[in-house]
Amino acid sequence: MSKLGMLTRLALLAMLAIPAAHAQPAPATPPSSVRLDAPTTGFDPDSVEVHQTEELDKNRLVTGSITLPDSRAATLIQPDGRIWRDYRRGPLLWITAAVVLGMIALLGLFYAIKGEIKIDGGRGIATLLRFSAFERFMHWVTAASWCILAISGLNIVAGRVTLLPLIGNDAFSTLSTWLKYSHNFLAFPFTMGVILMLLVWVRHNIPNKVDVAWFKAGGGFIGHGHPPAGKFNGGQKAVFWIVVLGGGGLAVTGLGLMFPFYVTNVFGMQIIQVVHGGIALAMIAAMLGHIYIGSVGMEGALDAMNSGDVDLGWAKAHHSLWVEEELAKATRPQPSPAE
Amino acid sequence: MARMKFLCDADRCIECNACVTACKNANEVPWGINRRRVVTINDGKPGERSVSMACMHCNDAPCAAVCPVDCFYTTADHVVLHSKDLCIGCGYCFYACPFGAPQYPKVGNFGSRGKMDKCTYCSGGPTGADGSAAEFAVYGSNRMAEGKLPLCAEMCSTKSLLAGDGEIIAQIYRERVLKRGYNSGSWGWQTAYQETINV
Repeated sequence: MSKLGMLTRLALLAMLAIPAAHAQPAPATPPSSVRLDAPTTGFDPDSVEVHQTEELDKNRLVTGSITLPDSRAATLIQPDGRIWRDYRRGPLLWITAAVVLGMIALLGLFYAIKGEIKIDGGRGIATLLRFSAFERFMHWVTAASWCILAISGLNIVAGRVTLLPLIGNDAFSTLSTWLKYSHNFLAFPFTMGVILMLLVWVRHNIPNKVDVAWFKAGGGFIGHGHPPAGKFNGGQKAVFWIVVLGGGGLAVTGLGLMFPFYVTNVFGMQIIQVVHGGIALAMIAAMLGHIYIGSVGMEGALDAMNSGDVDLGWAKAHHSLWVEEELAKATRPQPSPAE
Repeated sequence: MARMKFLCDADRCIECNACVTACKNANEVPWGINRRRVVTINDGKPGERSVSMACMHCNDAPCAAVCPVDCFYTTADHVVLHSKDLCIGCGYCFYACPFGAPQYPKVGNFGSRGKMDKCTYCSGGPTGADGSAAEFAVYGSNRMAEGKLPLCAEMCSTKSLLAGDGEIIAQIYRERVLKRGYNSGSWGWQTAYQETINV
């Protein structure tokens, strides 16, 4: 017998058997081919139970297919959003407060103990050009944009619990809108500044043995005496690399946030935001130290970025090797330009 | 007041997208914004299920918690709403939302997302009086003020999508599961409300 024939016979048997089975216990029911014992809600004996817990165990996200042209909409559930929320609402605020306020307190304490580090023997008459106009320009472009970036970033993290209760919802929203746009657009001059600083200053910032000795001597901060240093001492080289690597990291993660979902999914966006915030916080701590020692912390230090001309005594104390180099250059007979 | 919830019975959803269309029409949602959408998992395979998803109006809503300008608020019916006057379009609510509910009218380059838009549970928003033209223009319809439930659930052809008091819709779902003998789970409830419907 053919397969088809067998199936047809089975189907016929089934059709006969169903009304027959019901005829005896319930003779009053009208004859029908519908199974009366089956639920009327569309019971499907072949149905597979599909549970969201199993789907979520397979993957951190439940993703399906969707008719919309937006691929993000295909993610049905991403419970990790709640983890990101908990991080942003709790630890992030405490870490930010601890790092920023802790650093300010530490610098305040340092200032209270050490005071302004004076130029030994006071300011002399002679000065030496430390940074050219272009070097100062790229420094201040980076520095100015960085300040706004840091303030607007801190506002996004903590403004809601600090500034908002003081100025109210409307004013705070307006301010935050402008700070958000500043953050997005000043990211570009900041990035350009970091790239320029890398190109112009990297040759002075290769770590060497002098820096090891500089750090061993406590950089002249602890105790007295000034360890020798080139154009940039060990501490400044550390600042340089923090700015270049940190700034680079911020630029890359920042672009990821500025062009959301171009390279990653929602989970990736959460990670990028956490990394961006983490680097930024570390840089804020480092830059607070940099601002301190470049301004109130040390006499004569600001001149380097202000007029560009530093006091010779200051330069000899903090950058002895660089002064020697510069003086050697100055005394060397200059080749006269062709006329 | 009732605790309003959505419940999508994945064993009933036929992916007709009528809820999506109803939502768009009831709220005059702009092109490109989908307050509600239907996602199909295991498409074409055994265990294929479609789930209609929108804002679930979570307990301790992640969007509200991460918003840098605190623009979210919860109504007496526990519907999570937000103020478009305060929203700065930072996009954080989308990162935090477990259901992908927040929508933005612009493509997010250079932070220009525009004001966030999401399901309001057909409850309007903080602009103007309930049911006013001003409110409709910004947030869409306010059916709740008229004593009606969200249109998506109201017109679901298979009554897969339920809206209403969480206790009542959970009871309806429980009875369905008992009758048909299997349970696909109440999608999103664990994440949104930290509970599942036990049968």
